[in-house]
Amino acid sequence: MAILGAINPMLTVGLDGDNAWRLADYVKRDGYSALRRILESGIGQGDVINEVKKSVLRGRGGAGFPTGLKWSFMPRAFPGDKYVVCNSDEGEPGTFKDRDILRYNPHAVIEGMAIAGFAMGAARGYNYVHGEIWEIYERFEEALDEARAAGFLGRNILGSGFDFDLFAHHGYGAYICGEETALLESIEGKKGQPRFKPPFPASFGLYGKPTTINNTETFASVPYIINMGGDQYLEAGKPNNGGTKLFSVSGHVNRPGNYEVPLGTPFATLLEMAGGMRGGRQLKGCIPGGSSAPVVPGPTMMDCTMDYDSISKAGSMLGSGAVIVMDETTCMVKALERLSYFYYEESCGQCTPCREGTSWLYKVVHRIEQGKGRAEDLDLLSSVTTNIMGRTICALGDAASMPVQSFIKHFRDEFAYHIENRKCLVPVDVQRAGSGFFTATA
Amino acid sequence: MLTPESLKRIDREIAKYPADQKQSAVMAALAIAQEEQGWLSSEAIECVAGYLGMAPIAAYEVATFYNMYDLKPVGKYKLSVCTNLPCMLTGGVDAGEYLKRKLGIGFNETTPDGLITLKESECMGACGDAPVMIVNNRRMCSWMNPEQIDKLLAELK
Amino acid sequence: MEIEIDGKVAQVPDGSTIMDAAQQVGVYIPHFCYHKKLSIAANCRMCLVQVEKAPKPLPACATPVTNGMKVFTHSELAIKAQKGVMEFLLINHPLDCPICDQGGECQLQDLAVGYGGSTSRYQEEKRVVFHKDVGPLISMQEMARCIHCTRCVRFGQEIAGVMELGMASRNMHSEITTFVGRSVDSELSGNMIDLCPVGALTSRPFRYSARSWELARRRSISPHDSVGANLALQVKNNVVMRVLPRDNEEVNECWISDKERFSYEALNSPLRLAKPMVRVDGQLREVAWNVALDYLSHALQDVLSRNGGESLAALASPQATLEELHLLQKLTRGLGSGSVDCRPRRRDFSADGKLVGIPWLGLRLSEIKDLDAALVVGSFLRKDHPLFAQRLRQLAKKWGKVSLISVSGDDPLLRLHAQLAVSPAELPLAMAAVVKAAAVLRGEPVPAGLADVEPCAASQAIASSLLAGERRAIFLGNVAEQSPQAALLHALANELARLTGASCGFIGDGANSVGGHLAKALPTALNAYEMFRQPRKAYFLLGVEPELDCHNPQQALAALQAADLVVMLTPFADGPARDYADVLLPIAPFSETSGSFVNCEGRLQSFSGVVRPFGEARPAWKVLRVLGNLLSLAGFDQDSSEQVRDEIVAAGTEFIGGLDNRLAAELPVALARSGDGLQRVADVPIHFADLLARRAPALQQTRDAAVPAARMNGETLKALGLTDGVLVRVRQGAGEAVLAARVDETTPPSCIRVAAAHASTAALGDMFGAITVERA
Repeated sequence: MAILGAINPMLTVGLDGDNAWRLADYVKRDGYSALRRILESGIGQGDVINEVKKSVLRGRGGAGFPTGLKWSFMPRAFPGDKYVVCNSDEGEPGTFKDRDILRYNPHAVIEGMAIAGFAMGAARGYNYVHGEIWEIYERFEEALDEARAAGFLGRNILGSGFDFDLFAHHGYGAYICGEETALLESIEGKKGQPRFKPPFPASFGLYGKPTTINNTETFASVPYIINMGGDQYLEAGKPNNGGTKLFSVSGHVNRPGNYEVPLGTPFATLLEMAGGMRGGRQLKGCIPGGSSAPVVPGPTMMDCTMDYDSISKAGSMLGSGAVIVMDETTCMVKALERLSYFYYEESCGQCTPCREGTSWLYKVVHRIEQGKGRAEDLDLLSSVTTNIMGRTICALGDAASMPVQSFIKHFRDEFAYHIENRKCLVPVDVQRAGSGFFTATA
Repeated sequence: MLTPESLKRIDREIAKYPADQKQSAVMAALAIAQEEQGWLSSEAIECVAGYLGMAPIAAYEVATFYNMYDLKPVGKYKLSVCTNLPCMLTGGVDAGEYLKRKLGIGFNETTPDGLITLKESECMGACGDAPVMIVNNRRMCSWMNPEQIDKLLAELK
Repeated sequence: MEIEIDGKVAQVPDGSTIMDAAQQVGVYIPHFCYHKKLSIAANCRMCLVQVEKAPKPLPACATPVTNGMKVFTHSELAIKAQKGVMEFLLINHPLDCPICDQGGECQLQDLAVGYGGSTSRYQEEKRVVFHKDVGPLISMQEMARCIHCTRCVRFGQEIAGVMELGMASRNMHSEITTFVGRSVDSELSGNMIDLCPVGALTSRPFRYSARSWELARRRSISPHDSVGANLALQVKNNVVMRVLPRDNEEVNECWISDKERFSYEALNSPLRLAKPMVRVDGQLREVAWNVALDYLSHALQDVLSRNGGESLAALASPQATLEELHLLQKLTRGLGSGSVDCRPRRRDFSADGKLVGIPWLGLRLSEIKDLDAALVVGSFLRKDHPLFAQRLRQLAKKWGKVSLISVSGDDPLLRLHAQLAVSPAELPLAMAAVVKAAAVLRGEPVPAGLADVEPCAASQAIASSLLAGERRAIFLGNVAEQSPQAALLHALANELARLTGASCGFIGDGANSVGGHLAKALPTALNAYEMFRQPRKAYFLLGVEPELDCHNPQQALAALQAADLVVMLTPFADGPARDYADVLLPIAPFSETSGSFVNCEGRLQSFSGVVRPFGEARPAWKVLRVLGNLLSLAGFDQDSSEQVRDEIVAAGTEFIGGLDNRLAAELPVALARSGDGLQRVADVPIHFADLLARRAPALQQTRDAAVPAARMNGETLKALGLTDGVLVRVRQGAGEAVLAARVDETTPPSCIRVAAAHASTAALGDMFGAITVERA
């Protein structure tokens, strides 16, 4: 099991690896009680949304937008079809929490979506699952069958007159579909190219109908919020940062995996839970919120707490809660090169600055890494990123730019060394040892 | 072109969407076609497009946009290795190199016996299990150190 | 909404974008992907502007105006954003404008002058994009020039109604392509060339034949269909090098069909007739004009003096100009014959003499977009009237309920409310069913003769759509006019219009069909069909090729071959006319003469010649005038085509008067069920429909110009013991044609679709008559 630790957990309470994901297990954990209570005790749509607002649950997908507020944007009186969509297209490098939620607690997502459907008057939902985690997509389909059979999905749920159908839709290898409007295009059977906003999905979403899209973890949190009350959920975290959150810790730690901790937990604590730095080496840098977040130098990171505000103050973003830990064996040029390749490869190709700019960034960083860098390259890179940022339909252009800017800002000397000496500052054998690949075997 | 079983599976996918939104099933239908035939020929794409009532070029756009579709034949097993940063930090790139050496092929190449195609892949959303790789788009393999890779290769023979 | 753009204040309706507002106040915002007729993509990012209080520059094309918004299109922030985008556009774009076909008329080149840098900071390798072969009309040889604006893709999806181009792959490897090597076959495809802001999609026939700055742009009017598209003919060294649309929102908007765009090749064809020819001792010989005209006037007088005036018949193409038609009918009547017509494809003339006014569309083209419902009867819509079909497509996309009753199930590529495909003989029955359904729905008595008709679900649906909403229209297409029961269809349509309050009218099968009525180029004796069924001694043919243009080419050809004198006024020297014509007079096509067309909505559009006539060709109106003089007829002393026009219609007329589709007398309704035996369904393939298209090499290589087959549905094919692909012999009367049999499930039962207007079927008879078929 890759949920390796927790402090005051909610989402991961009572999970027992692969053995407790089924409906019966979930019901034993008090599952579907929130939905049942809403439907049976006549709690109104507005009440549900208010509870979510009170919890200050912020979107767990990366943007951190207050969920209750988002739900309130849905035109509740709109007479036609409306949709709730779950974004489980988890492809942001470093992020692997939704996979574990779907794997170990899929019914929490289903219940959360059904509650959301009720609150916003939507009778149909889709969960868009990252194509690469196929086994988990299949498990989710199984969980859906269970929920349908038990009457938690379908027509007239629990005799309340409320109808809600939920289906799984799989991706097939496009990071951009994690962007909510690209995801909608993808469900519609098209290329995942983000839409210009406005109009926002709340007015023109899936099939042109009002739609709300939330992250897996966000939906999964909803039953817990309803059960414990919004105020208590908020208290579990810290002001403006309600609840607990799953952090995916990867890279140079002893125990990479998911950790559910209250927002506001010190980074040092999280690092300790993850077994500390591998081989007792020094933290060189950390990307605290998925690959799109700016890198934070080790010493700064050690002073942060894990919540939206603290990380923002450190010049980065909490994002999806993906903590990529890099120790002193890391060549920062190589690290950036790989990220730049990723954004170049995953650009949907729609907007000029992103389509052309991401490939330009990658080519220059690649050149530097190959020992063919030029003195003017660092200024060129920074200029190209400013020409991309804020000039595209979606945030991928920004996401591609921020690593470039932050890596150069914080590790400029290492880039300069690479350009001047045509090789890594960190010796190659040190880098190789750092990955632990060849020492892992007996 | 596609077997009745595949078409039945596609019908189940179509049923997930509103009646006038058959095109929504195109990703699943293409995946099913690829699963049946090993790769997506233009005939297969056209068949799917026709079945869903969409222009062939619209289905082709989809098939070429998402990178788990193979528009050229691949080996019996396609091994996609994640080399993205979190995996790279924990041996993803080394795992790729190890496989290349073992199989004597590079990325996007197939062993001469047609058994294994090697692909470099982007983030699979399982960085905590690094190095990770996927067999035939379906089975994810975690913590792939040299020993595990050897075991996998032995199994795929 | 009030908005300020660069200090200029604009009042715009809610829902407008910054781009809309900027255009209103005359502020130019650079752009590539934006196009007024296409959906908004906002992908090129060239139109980024600064908006007060917005932290980032916003795309003007997609950003809705809010009240009090202040926009700066030339602020430092805006210019920096625009220059940044331009740099990205250019890094992978070949910087070799001098050798690019688009050079000089390239939006990227133009904007790069203002927004591009003088040197490139991009030192990496440029993208290589393979060329594509997408057919004879569009060149996609230089796809590295593509800037991914997706205008072409959106055009296909939204305007042409068929997605043939798409953007495959992703990231910087995205590329515009067809589905694995397919051609682009839409009849509107050439518009993508205009839409392409760079040199990626260019005109294949025009490619590298001239530079845009060498071309003079002259105004003209399309002679190809009844819409009367406004054209710009581009001329170099007295040769029409290219044809482009001229914007006219009320007529063709900014589009033209491929036929209109590429037919110009025929103007420069080696098949052009350069000098008059006269048959001497069985051989056509080139002669001087005075000799030809002298010979002709004597020969005419000779025939007429021996056989009487009515031994002459004159037939003109409905694409002849108003002036030509006027002088032709005047000449014919002056010579004592009332047998003059300009409706060669018509079969049923029983409405003649009962028309209250001039038949026309029944409404303005620009009113189509506001219709609530429309019914088209008897039309190969997309191929007969590409731009008209496009208007209906836009209507159907919004809210309009468009229905189609025709003789084939051809896909009009628009969302239909209802569609009925019946055999030609049953077309009136299908109409009658709608009439009855409408009467029942209205609670009115069922019109006489319709008691036995049983409306099906589709006819009910059509009737109710025509009864709902404010504005509705019924359109009779070419098939309805060519039908042996044309007058009955006309009467039924009128009745349906009366019952439903819809307008009723004809789309019209020629550029000047309405003008033909205005010019009175209509028979008072034998009509276009009878003049061949009752062979005449002398024929006068104006811009028409009877073996391809007549309802019954077999009959026409026989009459012409037997006639004593056949005079042909034509721009071309080839074809069967070389056997039957005694005098060939080279006349100027539309590009070489002045004249006027009246389009289907009654719009009078005059035009001038844009180049000097080829060889010794002369404008037909001048030829007719001189002939009139030679024959000592009165009223042939005009000095200009304008003078001729002014005889017909008051100067300055925009829309002609007298338009009225009503019939003065009731026609008896006699409905026949489909008889025994097989019926022919004849379409007029788009690129065989007129003299020019037939001789335009690029058009002749398109799929639309494929050799006709004998198309029938699977059941008919099976009943006849045939299989797909076998050669069959189809027969009508004494004529036959050998064609490949093809399964076509859109053909109604017991019908064989055999195209007209093609040499391979010219020996056949009526377009919609009985036909037999056997294995060849």
